[in-house]
Amino acid sequence: MESEISLTVDGVRHDLVVDTRVSLLDALRERLGITSPKKGCDHGQCGTCTVLLDGRRATTCLALAVAHDGADITTSAGLESGGTPHPLHQAFLDHDGFQCGYCTPGQICSAAGMLDEAESGWPSAVTTDLARDPVLDAEEIRERMSGNLCRCGAYVNIVAAISEVAGRRSA
Amino acid sequence: MTNLLSPSAMGTDRVRVDGAAKVTGRARYACEHPVPHPVYLHPLQATIARGTVRELHTDDATALPGVLTVLTPFNAPPLETGTDAELEILQSPEVAFRGQLIGAVLAETPEIARQAAGLVRARYDREPHDVTLSADRDDLYAPEVVNPSLPTDTHDGDPDAAFAAAQRAVEATYTTPMLHNNPMEPHATIAIWDSDGLTLYDSTQGVHAMREVVTSVFGLEPDQVRVLAPYVGGGFGSKGTPHANLVLAVLAAKRTAGRPVKFAVTRQQMFSFVGYRTPTIQRVRLGADADGRLVSISNDVVEQTARIKEFAEQTGVPARSMYAAPNRRTTHRLAALDVPVPSWMRAPGECPGMFAPEVAMDELAEACGLDPIELRVRNEPETDPDSGLPFSSRNLVACLREGARRFGWDRRPRLPRSTLDGGWWVGTGVASSSYPVHSAPGSSATVRATGGGRYEVLIGAVDIGTGAWTVLTQIAADALAVPAERVDVRIGDTDLPEATVAGGSSGTTNWGSAIVEAAREFRQKFGADPHPGDELTAGMPELPGHERFAMRAFGAQFAEVRVNADTGEVRVPRLLGVFAAGRILNPRTARSQFIGGMTMGLSMALHEESVVDERFGFVVNHDLAEYHIASCADVASVQAHWLDEHDPHVNPMGSKGIGEIGIVGTAAAVANAAYHATGVRVRDLPIKADEFLEEAR
Ligand code: FES
Ligand code: FES
Repeated sequence: MESEISLTVDGVRHDLVVDTRVSLLDALRERLGITSPKKGCDHGQCGTCTVLLDGRRATTCLALAVAHDGADITTSAGLESGGTPHPLHQAFLDHDGFQCGYCTPGQICSAAGMLDEAESGWPSAVTTDLARDPVLDAEEIRERMSGNLCRCGAYVNIVAAISEVAGRRSA
Repeated sequence: MTNLLSPSAMGTDRVRVDGAAKVTGRARYACEHPVPHPVYLHPLQATIARGTVRELHTDDATALPGVLTVLTPFNAPPLETGTDAELEILQSPEVAFRGQLIGAVLAETPEIARQAAGLVRARYDREPHDVTLSADRDDLYAPEVVNPSLPTDTHDGDPDAAFAAAQRAVEATYTTPMLHNNPMEPHATIAIWDSDGLTLYDSTQGVHAMREVVTSVFGLEPDQVRVLAPYVGGGFGSKGTPHANLVLAVLAAKRTAGRPVKFAVTRQQMFSFVGYRTPTIQRVRLGADADGRLVSISNDVVEQTARIKEFAEQTGVPARSMYAAPNRRTTHRLAALDVPVPSWMRAPGECPGMFAPEVAMDELAEACGLDPIELRVRNEPETDPDSGLPFSSRNLVACLREGARRFGWDRRPRLPRSTLDGGWWVGTGVASSSYPVHSAPGSSATVRATGGGRYEVLIGAVDIGTGAWTVLTQIAADALAVPAERVDVRIGDTDLPEATVAGGSSGTTNWGSAIVEAAREFRQKFGADPHPGDELTAGMPELPGHERFAMRAFGAQFAEVRVNADTGEVRVPRLLGVFAAGRILNPRTARSQFIGGMTMGLSMALHEESVVDERFGFVVNHDLAEYHIASCADVASVQAHWLDEHDPHVNPMGSKGIGEIGIVGTAAAVANAAYHATGVRVRDLPIKADEFLEEAR
């Protein structure tokens, strides 16, 4: 069974016909050739496929494309504005927050979504004072980023990169 | 002695040349190259562990609209056989392990391919299988050599008699589990077989190594096959040798009349046919005099291999060179089982083979009433105990001392189970680390002037996340005596000069030495002001020091561990490593290599274990929800430092490989720290909470 849908990805609208079984990740990668989101597990277990889906971070391998007709998607490539890297891009470069790079676009989208969540006051499992806005210390960042695995083991650099951006945003 | 290249770009902190492409996701990994009208492959896997495929009913699958064909052992194109049984798939109906590739569906979309694969029904003649490793088996055998081609056993003096007479002794069995490499990018291939020949976009650690195997398995000439791998999402050894998935993709491409075939291995499938680290059982005996001077060292290793192809991990090898003792023995015995073929995983041999002896050293320190660092210092050899050769450089003791200073070792309570902090037992531990300096012939590089003072350097190397692309740029810049900004290095393509595989922490030595030689000859021939288009290709020269010296990098790993007094939960708030690995060519990428290895070592210590269901012969926890690797919340402080080590013998850059040493010794340091925290000695990895709960009862 097939359905017509449209997706806006990094500001560009795409109309496509998809098998209703197609995941949002495969729609992006295999139908549209948009390969910034990666496929590390296809089961919601690694985070490499993370994008901002209608403004919030989401694992696209766990989403069906037909369920997201009209969605607005931002990939890590789309976080750049007019060739200028996003602060998270620059921080990952400065702190060497990656090695092979395969988890990286997902880490960066996840971090972008996470910073917004924290700014909106969302607590995490390690937030102690639910009455106050969470403070993104290293422990909070590690907890909130634990859906994004990195087999190269770049975590400490990833946390340093995100801390730097979080610190600038709250300053 | 090699004249070391004088460093200018080398040793400086540089952002990765491929960094911008990676952070945005614009870098194209194997299956991401745009190709017209791809055909999607979904494999068929054996659901028995031993026997014969009697029939494969494919009618329902082929009747599905969008299915092109189903490959089976009964209709697959022939391969050249007789050299590598792991790769000779679909040539016979025999099943040698569960999950073995027995066919493939080719279809217009991935969804159709997967659905059709589910419609294929297999009938087997089942035979009893055996997948159980134990040291008590009566069919253990001694392989001819261990990986890569080292002696299986070594004997010096009379280790048993010396052990029996020793004043202080430790004798224990240690185990490490089956481990799966699990690079974040699953193995993937696009295979295009058209009138130009065969083109492969493959996720591999070595484009030329893959080509060599593909040409031999398919009976082709090298100029008929091109392999490209500009970006690779990690490998950790599992992409260092070709596995059956590559062969299946190429077999399929023979059947699609030029249409590209895409085969992206799933995470679950990666537990069946892309290699893993064998489980190991290590019987270690250490004997010492009352002052802690070793008189006897032995490590008798039992591990597994596959019935269809032997891989003998060199787990006993590190014990041959670490410490001085007049009486020494290492042995390897294998059980050949109905299991997938084990292979390389980050620091094969060294990684498991430094767990057991380094925990045993901690036990010996206690038996001698010595600080574990002091025990190691007392047993520092003058020359390599194994070969008798002098070390080109060996700074283990300096690493231990510098690590102790940075870690705050002098504040450590002497007795275990001394510190209870807020319901957590706290302890610290240390272990040594070491990795050999490997080199291999076979790499060459081209230097080409492109005008305006710019140069291109071409070599078919692969950057699997190591930073090689960046570091080779720095080496080339210094070899040509120009700023790094004027050098463009091209890698990852068999159309470039031949390069060895990215493995054994040898890439920089092999590829860098070839680049230095090509630059030297280029300058000799064309001078400082060449014409655009001037170019020269040269091979890696011999590295004479490798005959005259034992060469290893060394390190010291420190860990702080907290064990929850009520639940037994183990946390590692702090890891610190100090390494002596020759000249560090790029501090930024080097630090990442070290901390990456240490993080994987932490993961090995606490999380990783492939659990085999012996009734069926497969790994039951075959995905990332159940095969746990360290996540961000598991990793707190990981620090890597290094000594300024000058080694003029290793290669023209003065560098030693650093991709693997970070994982060596980490798990032992964590286990030793857990003992210091709780007084409970864990000798089996991974370290689990229940070990500590039993003690509490
Ligand atoms: S690919 Fe989506 S979470 Fe792993
Ligand atoms: S950078 Fe390789 S998996 Fe994270």
